[in-house]
Amino acid sequence: LGHDIHFYDKKIALLEAGPRKEYDHMPDSYSNRVSSISPGSVTLLRSCGAWDHVCSLRLKPFRRMQVWDACSEAMIVFEKDDLDDMGYIVENDVIMSALTKQLDAVAARVEVFYKSKAVGYTWPLPSQSCDTSPWVQVELADGRRLHTKLLIGADGHNSVVRKKAEIKNIEHQYDQSAVVATLHLSEATDNNVAWQRFLPTGPIALLPLSDTASSLVWSTSHDHASELLAMDEEGFVDSINSAFWSNVNHSDFIDTAGAMFRSAISLLKPSGTAVRQLPPSVAKVDPESRAMFPLGMGHATEYVQHRVALIGDAAHRVHPLAGQGVNLGFGDIACLAHHLSAAAFNGSDLGSLKHLLRFETERQRHNVSLIAATDVLKRLYSTTLAPLVLLRTWGLQATNALPSVKVRI
Amino acid sequence: QLALFRFTVNRPFSTSHSSVDSKEMKKFQLLAHKWWDEEGEYAALHSMNDIRVPFIRDTLLSMSSNYHLGNPLSGIKILDVGCGGGLLSEPLGRLGASVTGIDPVEDNIRTADRHKSFDPVLAKRIQYKSSSLEEIVEESMETFDVIVASEVVEHVADLETFIKCCSQVLKPEGSLFITTINRTQLSYVLGIVIAEKIMGIVPEGTHEWEKFVPPEELEHLLESNGFSVKTVNGMLYNPLSGSWSWMESTSLNYAVHAVKCGARAQSHTTDSPPETDSQQRSATAGTA
Repeated sequence: LGHDIHFYDKKIALLEAGPRKEYDHMPDSYSNRVSSISPGSVTLLRSCGAWDHVCSLRLKPFRRMQVWDACSEAMIVFEKDDLDDMGYIVENDVIMSALTKQLDAVAARVEVFYKSKAVGYTWPLPSQSCDTSPWVQVELADGRRLHTKLLIGADGHNSVVRKKAEIKNIEHQYDQSAVVATLHLSEATDNNVAWQRFLPTGPIALLPLSDTASSLVWSTSHDHASELLAMDEEGFVDSINSAFWSNVNHSDFIDTAGAMFRSAISLLKPSGTAVRQLPPSVAKVDPESRAMFPLGMGHATEYVQHRVALIGDAAHRVHPLAGQGVNLGFGDIACLAHHLSAAAFNGSDLGSLKHLLRFETERQRHNVSLIAATDVLKRLYSTTLAPLVLLRTWGLQATNALPSVKVRI
Repeated sequence: QLALFRFTVNRPFSTSHSSVDSKEMKKFQLLAHKWWDEEGEYAALHSMNDIRVPFIRDTLLSMSSNYHLGNPLSGIKILDVGCGGGLLSEPLGRLGASVTGIDPVEDNIRTADRHKSFDPVLAKRIQYKSSSLEEIVEESMETFDVIVASEVVEHVADLETFIKCCSQVLKPEGSLFITTINRTQLSYVLGIVIAEKIMGIVPEGTHEWEKFVPPEELEHLLESNGFSVKTVNGMLYNPLSGSWSWMESTSLNYAVHAVKCGARAQSHTTDSPPETDSQQRSATAGTA
């Protein structure tokens, strides 16, 4: 918003709980928190000038994504027809640093309060009354008070803004935690494929960081996750490799049924089956890089209220299996910025519900289907029951054969 | 909003020749505190901003060659006649203009003043005054770059005098923006029967159909008083979505943009207000 021309004479305050993060060059080791950035998000980052900084720091484009089942041979491959990049794996710190640089560029309009914490909010009544300020008041831990026409809550899935605004949240904790780590591959390769395999305990994904390193995101039960963290490094590496390579969950029945379906498809649509590639094997894990965090799903019933808007995880929380969490957030930002910019150019009061509701409708339409689909996929792939495995096997194979559906995904 | 005239000889006391319609004033007084409830009685006026502000902004931008998109109306002096609670003054102020808002109903001005007081930027850019248009003519000759009279002329007793006064306070080549309602059978059915009595989109009794102004009449009055009419656009309100849009036909609501001719000739204006026969003219204006 600070870079938007229509915000020329507006003032924006950013409350950040963490410290300022800016890097001139990245440390040798990779951070274990990475995100998969979609081309749409790249457009957003480019529009505020941050993408160039990301490119100058560190990122890894990937061209192909292979997703397959542990219980069958079914597989789906995503890749763009032109040899364009499908997406980029970027460390979260890199993005933060790039954004910090761009925030500095608009410091005249945007003031960032690092290490700040909001301890109280006073909400205005929707219609003008008496002498109380019609704006939102935020009280900071250090005693300062801020008044604003619009408060944007981007404070994550445990959003305090959301709770204090009394916006109901539909949420559900999965019985899963994600284990992340930075891995080193056995041999250098043209590491431009993202791999994900659905195990009955949860999906395991390998995201490329460089030709020799990849990032791990393994969603599994809480107990298993703790075990993985407690294991010695060799055991950890073995678990990963076997998760990707072993066929212990296959059953003959499913394999045959799957094979039949596959031949049927190759009759109908010769290009519909792809060759399965083998993921790289892992040799080593970065010592300090193992961590775990619990997973859940959430969706706020409202994204906006008078003078309040929620974006990103504060509005919706999704399972990492689709790699979409941060991209949904970026999508929210692009949409909200668009509506606020138009409102500013119309001279409107920025906190007015009229345009906030337009943002909410646009994003809810987009987000709800994706969040629901992700949740369904998570549940569908959490089982070894034969009928469901068959269903998803055939479903996956069919989807792989239908380019129109794949493009939509 | 409202613009009423006091044909007074001695200010501040109004004489019996005043064409202030106390009925009209009372109507708006009762609702003075409702201006800023976006979902309340004035909801349709709030959403009208979505088309009238861009209309004003874009017209002015197209007439000027150097402007800054971040502050598009900076340096422009605007008079908002019949500003009511300031619904239109505020967005214009936010876009950078210096706005003077006048309205004869004091409660409206009070509401407007209070609402802008919370915003330090607006508080400086907008000035409100409880006054009629006539009363400021003497001190504001050729002061304003733009006059906005939105939803006002259908409440005015003497339209020609109103237009003359606009011309007096407007700089040469200045712009006059008017939005109002046409006097047609359709506007009676939709604008009064349905909007007021049935759906309650407009508070009942706000409008009198006889005072609605056909665009031909308005254009004629403007052209014969030193204005050149540049644009006439029909407007349509959709009660289901609560939003306004532009429309070809001017049979219901419409907007006009006129420019005051550059010549300084002010042939028959006098500084003193017109005589009583203007009262009779206003009576005849009421016939369909």
